[in-house]
Amino acid sequence: MTSVIFRAVAPFLTSLMVLFSIFVLLRGHNEPGGGFIGGLIAVSALAIYGIACGVETVRRAIYIHPMAISGAGLFAATIAGLISIAARVPFMTGLWIYPSVLGVEIPLSTVTLFDCGVYLVVVGAISSIALSLEERGGE
Amino acid sequence: MAASTPSPADLSAALVLEPVASADWLVILPVAWCLAIGALLVMLRRQIDWHPYIAVLGLAGLVLIDVLLLRHVLASGPVTMVMGRWLPPFGIAFTVDLTGALFALTASVVALAGAIYSLADINDSGRRYGFYPFLMLLMAGVSGAFLTGDVFNLYVWFEVLLISSFGLIVLGSEREQIDGAVKYGFLNLVATTLFLITTGYLYASFGTLNMADIARKAEGLSGTAPLMTLTALFVLAFGMKAAAFPVNFWLPASYHTPRVVVSALFAGLLTKVGIYALIRITVMLLPLEREQLSFVIAVAGALTMLVGAFGALAQSDFRRMLGYLVVSGIGSILAGVAVGGPGGIGGAIFYALHSMLVMTALYFASGVAAKLGGSFSLASLAGLYRRHAGFAALTLMLCFAVSGLPPFSGFWPKVMLVKAALDIGAWWLAAALLVTGFLTTVVTGRFFLLAYWRDRADTTDTPHSVTISPAALLPLTALTMLVLAIGLYPELLLSTIQSAAAGLGEPSAYLNSVFPGGAP
Amino acid sequence: MEAWFALLVGIFFTVAIYLLLSKYIIRVLLGVAILGNAVNLLIFTGGRLTRGVPPVIPGHQDALTGLAANALPQALILTAIVISFSFFAFLLVLAWRAYEDLQTDNTDEMRVAEPKDEPAPPLGY
Repeated sequence: MTSVIFRAVAPFLTSLMVLFSIFVLLRGHNEPGGGFIGGLIAVSALAIYGIACGVETVRRAIYIHPMAISGAGLFAATIAGLISIAARVPFMTGLWIYPSVLGVEIPLSTVTLFDCGVYLVVVGAISSIALSLEERGGE
Repeated sequence: MAASTPSPADLSAALVLEPVASADWLVILPVAWCLAIGALLVMLRRQIDWHPYIAVLGLAGLVLIDVLLLRHVLASGPVTMVMGRWLPPFGIAFTVDLTGALFALTASVVALAGAIYSLADINDSGRRYGFYPFLMLLMAGVSGAFLTGDVFNLYVWFEVLLISSFGLIVLGSEREQIDGAVKYGFLNLVATTLFLITTGYLYASFGTLNMADIARKAEGLSGTAPLMTLTALFVLAFGMKAAAFPVNFWLPASYHTPRVVVSALFAGLLTKVGIYALIRITVMLLPLEREQLSFVIAVAGALTMLVGAFGALAQSDFRRMLGYLVVSGIGSILAGVAVGGPGGIGGAIFYALHSMLVMTALYFASGVAAKLGGSFSLASLAGLYRRHAGFAALTLMLCFAVSGLPPFSGFWPKVMLVKAALDIGAWWLAAALLVTGFLTTVVTGRFFLLAYWRDRADTTDTPHSVTISPAALLPLTALTMLVLAIGLYPELLLSTIQSAAAGLGEPSAYLNSVFPGGAP
Repeated sequence: MEAWFALLVGIFFTVAIYLLLSKYIIRVLLGVAILGNAVNLLIFTGGRLTRGVPPVIPGHQDALTGLAANALPQALILTAIVISFSFFAFLLVLAWRAYEDLQTDNTDEMRVAEPKDEPAPPLGY
């Protein structure tokens, strides 16, 4: 894409969308949102960046190969289910801890870990498809 | 969290509150294990040299888990674990009975053999493409399908194994593979869509997707709900997955195109998942409707057997011949499902387990034969017996086993099926079984004669220039020895299978495991 | 309302099956996509069609008072949509590759894996 305006705006747009995707991911526990939709937003951010600045730039920017990201996500989701072995409750039971950091109580749970795993799987898998399609489209 | 609400609810009606015994984790562990190893392999995409060893170790672990699971189920009956401790029918349950545990164990043995064989068959580019991650995810799907106790969950595992199989079938991206993959992909997708439609109707009729709950309610609903339609759709959908006549044509069109190890795994695992689902749903969940449909299933089974056997007779390619033999085996299993009763269902389960081992081993043999003889074509394969008598002996044993001759594993299920068919007076079904056995003997005999005993026309190349890689010979030998051992000492397996079939016909132990307190 | 939806589902299935019977891959592909949507719509209709009634039990009651749409079929559809989307993407790429490699989208001409002029198996030595 040769538009100067688009290329100038794309980095800001991308960073904003990635930030928003993380917001949607974390909001997803009790309100609309979650890992899947958050992941899709992040992928669209990467796709926009790819359209503006080229696929190579995106690959360099995310540093890790997209498939490895989705592998890590799948691993995290599986581990989130397996943690309940230690608590002697069935597979995938939600477990919570409330550590307090700097006087603020932060609720952490295996559910959140699972959702982050879904987010990473979606980001990795869909962006790897999108990037390879963009690469071919540019030929 | 819920304890802080003002009106204390009775949580014991909705949640599992007592701690879970560690042995019950074996129910979910095969799936979680495969997913974790698969994810690990995806992450280690740069260290492709490690992939084969991690996969072989992982699958060896899976075999161990499945052995322990089978032991646990043998000792204490069907085991249930619910996801996120929500009680069924609302929570998704994994329930393992003897049938599921037997299928899962056999599948893991086949996959381990495949992983070892792949050391000789999958080169660096195949590894880079992701053969091993796909293999682990395929096993997650297969194990999940065998172990789940929820119909929609079964659909999800079907999709997991389907998407991994898509990845495996195009490995290499040759023209032939693309051609085969198109037919495989579209037909299987239509089959799973049919399964999804039926699942939707099932939920609309029963208001539940839990298998035990459906089995409990099916008798009461048989007059009012369109259960016959449901059963017919299930038979069609699973028949398509299992490659039963008249929806079998995708299998011989695609199974000879991928890498040998991929064909071997598909032949051992995929069609048998369809068969397992058919047995589980029609025998345990909707037994009355299966009874009414039994004639249709029997005719389909008989035709599948004969089409497979005649198709195999007409082939001049080793692997395409094997594809038709897979189809023929599916026909025998369908005959058992149609006959029903402990004999018929037991025979069907036994035949399915035998077919998993034998067909995988035969595909391995085809790979080895092609490496020794330079081709899969029966026109040019020759003189293998001269070159490698030991390998020829192994193949001959497998040929006997697939034809159902003693003393190999194919003999006993065939005896059970013929006896069960004669017991209900279906002499024509018994005749079809025996004729198929005879035709299969002719097929394998002709093939053995041509490829192994015939002398090579050209004696220009030195006969001992090619040696068989031990990584290919080891799984082939191990599976053949297993086939022989089952044929020689069938008592233990037979009694296990008979109690598995009895558990499917009279699923009270299964129901008790899902609903320990009786009806909710 | 349900009757209209049933009719719509019927039309979807008709179109899908008609397209699936074609010998051109791209039409079969469109048929598969429409078939997936037909199934989703079917399950959606099966879960009751109501608007603006959340399936939530008020705090002082034990059961739902009015008829609300069943949430489970909608959850099933959500799963099915994701799956059928990914399959559609895969098959699209596969069909494209098949068109590039085999130079045809006519399934009658896709005979690479099963060649027409294959020799008959040898009858003897």
